[in-house]
Amino acid sequence: MKEILLGKLNGHALPHEWFTIGGTVAFVLLALFAVIVLTWTKRWTWLWKEWLTSVDPKKIGIMYFLVAGFMLLRGGLDAIMIWLQQALSSGASHGYLSADHFQQIFTAHGNIMVFFVAMGFVFGLINYIVPLQIGARDLASPFLNTLGFWLYIGGVIMVNMFFALGGEYAATGWLAIAPLSETQFSPGVGVDYWIWSLQISGIGTTLGGINFVMTILKMRAKGMTLWKMPMFTWGSLCSMLMVITVFPLLTATLFLLFLDRYFGMHFFTTGSGGNAMMYTNLIWMWGHPEVYILVLPAFGVFSEVVSAFSRKRLASYKSQVAGLIGVTVFALSVWLHHFFTMGAGADVNAFFGVMTMVIAIPTSVLVFGWIATMYKGRIRFTTPMLWFLGFIATFSLGGLAGVMLAVPPADFQLHNSLFLVAHFHTMVIGGVLFGIFCGINYWFPKIAGFRLNERIGRYSFWFWIVGFFVAFVPLYVLGLMGATRRLDHYDASTGWQPLFIMSFIGGLIIMVGVALQVVQIIASVIQKRQLRDTTGDPWDGRTLEWATASPPPFYNFAVIPEVTTRDAYFEIKQNGGLPKPKYEDIRMPRNTAAGIYVAAFAFIASFAFVWHINWLAIAGIVGVILCLIIRTFNEDTEYTITAAEVEKLEERRQKKHAAAKPPEDAEDMGLWEFIKIVVTWALDVIRNKRWRTW
Amino acid sequence: MPQKRKKNGIGRTVGLIFLAFASLALIIKALMHGHNIALFNSKGMIAYDERNLIIFTAVVLLSVALPTLFVLFFTAWRYRESNSKATHNPNAVHNKLLVPAIWLIPTACMLVLALVMWPATHRLEPQKQIDESVEPLTIQVVSTRWKWLFIYPEQNIATVNFVQLPVNTPVEFELTADDAPMSSFWIPNLSGQLYTMTGMVNRLNLMATVAGDYPGSSAEINGAGFAEMKFTARASSRADFDQWVQQTKQSPKVLDAAAYSALLKPSENNPPAFYAATESGLYDTVVMRYMGPSDGHPNHSHGHHE
Amino acid sequence: MVKEHETENHEAQADDRVAFGFWVYLMTDLLMFAVLFATFAVLRGNTFGGPALRELFSLPLALTETLILLTSSFTAGLGMLAVRRGSKNQVLTWFGITFLLGLAFLGFELKEFAEFIHEGHTWQSSASLSSFFTLVGTHGLHITSGLLWMGTTLVFIWKRGLNSHLVRKLTLLSLFWHFLDIVWIFIFTVVYLMAYV
Repeated sequence: MKEILLGKLNGHALPHEWFTIGGTVAFVLLALFAVIVLTWTKRWTWLWKEWLTSVDPKKIGIMYFLVAGFMLLRGGLDAIMIWLQQALSSGASHGYLSADHFQQIFTAHGNIMVFFVAMGFVFGLINYIVPLQIGARDLASPFLNTLGFWLYIGGVIMVNMFFALGGEYAATGWLAIAPLSETQFSPGVGVDYWIWSLQISGIGTTLGGINFVMTILKMRAKGMTLWKMPMFTWGSLCSMLMVITVFPLLTATLFLLFLDRYFGMHFFTTGSGGNAMMYTNLIWMWGHPEVYILVLPAFGVFSEVVSAFSRKRLASYKSQVAGLIGVTVFALSVWLHHFFTMGAGADVNAFFGVMTMVIAIPTSVLVFGWIATMYKGRIRFTTPMLWFLGFIATFSLGGLAGVMLAVPPADFQLHNSLFLVAHFHTMVIGGVLFGIFCGINYWFPKIAGFRLNERIGRYSFWFWIVGFFVAFVPLYVLGLMGATRRLDHYDASTGWQPLFIMSFIGGLIIMVGVALQVVQIIASVIQKRQLRDTTGDPWDGRTLEWATASPPPFYNFAVIPEVTTRDAYFEIKQNGGLPKPKYEDIRMPRNTAAGIYVAAFAFIASFAFVWHINWLAIAGIVGVILCLIIRTFNEDTEYTITAAEVEKLEERRQKKHAAAKPPEDAEDMGLWEFIKIVVTWALDVIRNKRWRTW
Repeated sequence: MPQKRKKNGIGRTVGLIFLAFASLALIIKALMHGHNIALFNSKGMIAYDERNLIIFTAVVLLSVALPTLFVLFFTAWRYRESNSKATHNPNAVHNKLLVPAIWLIPTACMLVLALVMWPATHRLEPQKQIDESVEPLTIQVVSTRWKWLFIYPEQNIATVNFVQLPVNTPVEFELTADDAPMSSFWIPNLSGQLYTMTGMVNRLNLMATVAGDYPGSSAEINGAGFAEMKFTARASSRADFDQWVQQTKQSPKVLDAAAYSALLKPSENNPPAFYAATESGLYDTVVMRYMGPSDGHPNHSHGHHE
Repeated sequence: MVKEHETENHEAQADDRVAFGFWVYLMTDLLMFAVLFATFAVLRGNTFGGPALRELFSLPLALTETLILLTSSFTAGLGMLAVRRGSKNQVLTWFGITFLLGLAFLGFELKEFAEFIHEGHTWQSSASLSSFFTLVGTHGLHITSGLLWMGTTLVFIWKRGLNSHLVRKLTLLSLFWHFLDIVWIFIFTVVYLMAYV
């Protein structure tokens, strides 16, 4: 009876080890803190109405940023644990983690960083910026947008759920290769948590992909042909086209692994005719395009930033777009390079090696295009430009390592070594993460209404880049010394330990960089009056998003501008600015909680699948279906703002803007000044017991 | 926003960057000293060839990438805002040669690499025998949890976590797994790695050229005992090898069905073990077990990898 | 006047957008099926000593299912013609018949599955049977969702009449139904017919 009701759940699933207790307590405390703050400030209704049920892509974008930022810290904590273990675990010492625990940590680290940090930040940027760049007010389907976001949240909860219930995550590596991930070798719930956290957030991503493709192809401003779109929109379009092509492959593959584990099927098992190589092929057919999905928007960001800060239009726009499309198309033809060592034979290996090299060509074209853009430009070295230069320094060297790995016989020695680990971290950190940081620094004034502190931004950049080289160059070297990845322990005679220690120190330097980024944001908030963006166009930008206020009103544009060229806003400025607005009625989508409810039921069903609670799984599925039926048969999902109301809103906004004090011309706060301000504030709070008035 | 530019700021920055890279390189070189840089410390023919390929690829790529990076950073510096000497042309139409150049340079580089890579891939294909005219010494390998079993079918001996082979003799490893996830068989000083999978036989051909003891491991995660799944590969003279075979034949242990079942039980850090004789056809039984039920007749048309 | 035109224009744009988005969704669904087809192609012969699939199949049954589904696509087409004519009763009739045919299809499929299971050939027996049950079963699940969609839409049409919102729904549903029919043709060919090749 208990089994029917609770499936595999029992008392043993509750936390009883130091890290599960610690993790559960940490999350519970965080949740408690949030509840207390919201109750004290009476903000529950505000949170629900203004943020959680919002379909405004600007708000959804900010929520993606916040969650992704939080997950960056969570995944970074995993990284520190990995660094520390490998720095300690040489010879007689086995570090402080058991082998199984260590394997769970790097698995979680990989999943969190790829699915919840990188994808989260990318979706945040695309949500906020693309509609502004193409002159749209919202995405094609506001409901799918909020649903996609809440499915992502479901995945975030699921990947952390094991702390409270189950006590284990997958210990298989971030892609859970079969047959290691089959029940025979992974009997616990860890792999099931892995399957479902990826499955629900993956479906959310697919819905987002469909939505963004629809939006970019069907909702551009009048006159904006494809060849006039900004580069970030192109990067996002290519990325989302790849999402809709390959995420269904992931959905199907996870489904098959689930069937093996839940229903005892034999797709990838060692016995009964299963074929584990099939899993490797399928998962990498998704897995390789995934990394390009992450990096293409970053390429788009860099093209925008280089052009804006060189005060020059992008050189060879057509080649750059062709480069993006080239990467997109060829990304689908290289997946086997992840398992040259599985033994497919020379012809197959050589073919995929060639295809992998082919991808390096459009990528190089992009780099040359950026050089040509800077040539005869007038370059300002703002923080975004620094991140671009940092990207060039790291990504190109990581790309070289990649081409080396693309040579099958070389890969026979380098596969699964720390050389490989260093390569892909270079690409993801140097390419995707630096691109995200660049984009956030660039568009922050648009999003928040004030720009970020440049001084502390520069410090954070230098700590990141120095830390990056100190952390990852030793890993390249360790790979050449024959060090395999994912080892929880190694012989002292290998001589690897000093390099692991050096890598750990690099990790600490990176953590200082991360801390400085947090400081940068806080310092900017403190100084926000003098950093305020009053024009909506702080960088003298070239694309349409700079034509709106900072931050934009919820309808983005009162009147959607007509576009005649590339660099639409630059052209508009050359011709004397935006024309006098002729207000029209605007139709906007209503907020909805439907996304939350559908995602909640999907989460319940997934949880039930993890623990084999059949009745709950059925209830979850039924709930999803019912909520979808209610939502899709709801015919009243939009409302109209009349032209008169728009005019009033615009007038009110402009009046407020004119009345605001102009920013004082003062220097950006430095680090020492920041520390002084924080210490003074803290002392003031304590001495005068200020919490009584909060 | 105000930006203080100190005099010679760029010179200082570039100098600091060079200094940083130089110190990084020196520290790392010091830390590497005296240890087995396995990928460059080739003691076998295949490893040596693969090493040269790695170096060649790196050199070709760096010869294109380093000048490009230099041009990029130089361009960024030269056209900085504070440099009044540089011409600024916001509407510059690029040179007609730019587009063909930016496509041709990387294409040429990749073409050179591909032209080297294609024949190299065929030459270094693990299944390919070292010397077509010489029959290689066959060593059958079974990866289990979490140790390596080596069966010498011609000599009728077996070992665990230790393999000895004669130098300058082509050896063919027949790789499979039993009751275990995929592993990857790797002796980096002698050759690249190759996966071991249940129900499949992968062939890895290599030849040691220098005598010595070389570390071997699994390069693919396969469970909790993954890191401890290490073995020693000893390359010795022909005479020493023959003597070792004779010695092993004196071992009290025999790899019969019972001993093999005991080996299948998960265990870590197994010390090297030596078996004087093996059950006949053991390896083939292990592989065939995954083709069909052990009692029934074997299945037809199973796409099995050779 | 201008406002009406704008609303119509807005509706037309929304229709176009939603239809395009649904096509994109259908492509993602097709890719998911592609994985199941590829898996089936690789694993179809891995019976692990058990009988080959052709020894289990009944071609007449598969043919019946095919004809039922093809007919249902035809009646759905007739239903869409009725939509263009604005005739609510005809819409309900033709889609009602489509619904019943869909149910019949499911009935036959479940019968086939039940027979296999009864004889001891379950999805746990071998990779071959796992891939068969999954490919055909996933299609069956899609048919079930389509029927659920059809049923609820017909109920709403019966209560609210043929408004533009429901017409849009029906258009997408018929796209979905035809799509499933096409996937079935592939299943009939690749799974059933090619078993005998």
